[in-house]
Amino acid sequence: MINKEMHLREDLFEGKEKSPTRSGFGKGAVEAGKADERVVVLSADLAESTRADAFQKEFPERFVEVGVAEQNMATVGAGMAAYGKIPFITSYATFSPGRNWEQIRTTIAINNVPVKICGMHAGLLTGPDGATHQALEDIALMRAMPNMIVISPCDAEEGRKATLAAAKNGLPTYLRFARDKTPVMTTPETPFEIGKAQIFWKSKNPKVAVFATGPLVYNALLAARELEGHGIGTAVVNVHTIKPLDKELIVALARETGSVVTVEEHQIMGGLGGAIAELLARECPTPIEFVGIQDKFGQSGEPKELMEHYGLGVSHISAAVSKVLGRK
Amino acid sequence: MTITDVEVKAIELKANDIRQTIIRMLTAAGSGHTAGPLGMSDIFAALYFHVLKHDPKNPDWAERDRLFLSNGHIAPVLYATMAHSGYFPVEECLTLRKFGSRLQGHPERHALPGLESTSGPLGSGISQAAGYAYAARMDSPPAGGFRVYVATSDGEHDEGNSWEGAMFASAKKLGNLTQVIDRNFIQIDGNTEDVMPLEPFGDKYRAFGWHVIDIDGNDIRQFVAACEEAKTVTDKPTLIHARTVPGKGIKSIENDYLWHGKPPSKDEEVVFLEELSLAREALLKAGK
Repeated sequence: MINKEMHLREDLFEGKEKSPTRSGFGKGAVEAGKADERVVVLSADLAESTRADAFQKEFPERFVEVGVAEQNMATVGAGMAAYGKIPFITSYATFSPGRNWEQIRTTIAINNVPVKICGMHAGLLTGPDGATHQALEDIALMRAMPNMIVISPCDAEEGRKATLAAAKNGLPTYLRFARDKTPVMTTPETPFEIGKAQIFWKSKNPKVAVFATGPLVYNALLAARELEGHGIGTAVVNVHTIKPLDKELIVALARETGSVVTVEEHQIMGGLGGAIAELLARECPTPIEFVGIQDKFGQSGEPKELMEHYGLGVSHISAAVSKVLGRK
Repeated sequence: MTITDVEVKAIELKANDIRQTIIRMLTAAGSGHTAGPLGMSDIFAALYFHVLKHDPKNPDWAERDRLFLSNGHIAPVLYATMAHSGYFPVEECLTLRKFGSRLQGHPERHALPGLESTSGPLGSGISQAAGYAYAARMDSPPAGGFRVYVATSDGEHDEGNSWEGAMFASAKKLGNLTQVIDRNFIQIDGNTEDVMPLEPFGDKYRAFGWHVIDIDGNDIRQFVAACEEAKTVTDKPTLIHARTVPGKGIKSIENDYLWHGKPPSKDEEVVFLEELSLAREALLKAGK
């Protein structure tokens, strides 16, 4: 059942309220800008699409257009951060942190300056634009980088909070956002702290821990409700921070349940599944099934049909739960 | 800021000291780049002993001029110059590239006070310096009291990021930014015009909207004058297009691209230091 302490939306399972996580960034950036005049937003010719335009309207003097030049955006951002600004650099995730990875590594991460890399259009939710624009490797790119915090919000409201939290953490930070509208699960009262994973659902006697990140947390909740109807208890955890991972909570739930499913809109290699496998192999070896992209690129299509085609649907999560139970 | 003959002579002597330290540190390290650091010794001596506002005892001084080194592989000239300026003991230069040293093979901002940024991967310095200069100008009132400098190489202008930064600095009219390019016509694989032609280099920057000053980069008077001229141009960034001689000071290696990325041997060290010592004596005599 839903964990009341998380103050999730009462009408959660009706899925009425939908919004893209990138809109959460747009709101969060404006709020962060109001709270701290050091906040600046950089755009690489995608201000509307990234929702950076919300900040642009509010604070035109603190909005920096760099043109279609993601390497320049990262390095200009690094220079601004070295001066004392808090730059949010915005583009599609395949371009930033994709194209400008080395600039991020040298000038942001090694320098350890607080630039916030905001990668929009992450995952299959990008839809019709096709494989070139569907970032499915960005978490791996950022996770492997020392000094980098990696956050993947589950909905627009959490995207807003993550943006605000990133503005305050003083560290290089990657924020992952998606294009398409997805159900809003959390409310302003839902707690958010970087590095603290959240149990959204816990059956009375959970047999499987489902660790999910991004908008797919919703599919994990739908699967959990369905499985409970069949007498299979689960715990569903929103792992919004992939680095640093909430080791304590993940290990405790793996111990309690004895089997794990990971769910992400990203390659299994190097993503959330990889991170949890690395942790549990050391701390608490546990059977794991991975719901994610199986070493493939995406293609054009509507997000819903892509999710089904690539095995990220509710039925796929339920099947992974059944399969991991059989391995116990 | 005019410069007197006495001051020029003093800087030339410093440049000679810096060259000798570069030879010693590279030989001790057993790897590293020789040609670029020797070619830029005059400019770095002029920067640290005349042009830049800085305080070796207070490297974080808020009003210091900021110098970003983009082509991090010429770190030996930066380290040697900083040491001779008093940032750290000259003998520490002999730890270059050694385990535990503050003098990393390529400059690492957190390793050594006085470095503005980490660099080595090429082409990223102009954008960082431009971002810094832009951020300083954004503040109301604009942060004053200092200028932003970036030292770059010609080879790194093969990188798209260099030109992206050049466009940005021009678009934002960054009059508080001066770039000094080490135009020495060599890179690892050969002469720049054979590897990937850059000419007409100065005209490219003029077309990009920069104020360009062409100088002999081994002439201290010309360099100091160019730095002064740059300060008078407030509506665009300035490029000091400095033609330098790679390997300057060691006749047998000058202009030889094979010396871009290798250090002297122990035997060569003795010969090179002898040549530099003789040059130093000649400089001293000429002043009398």
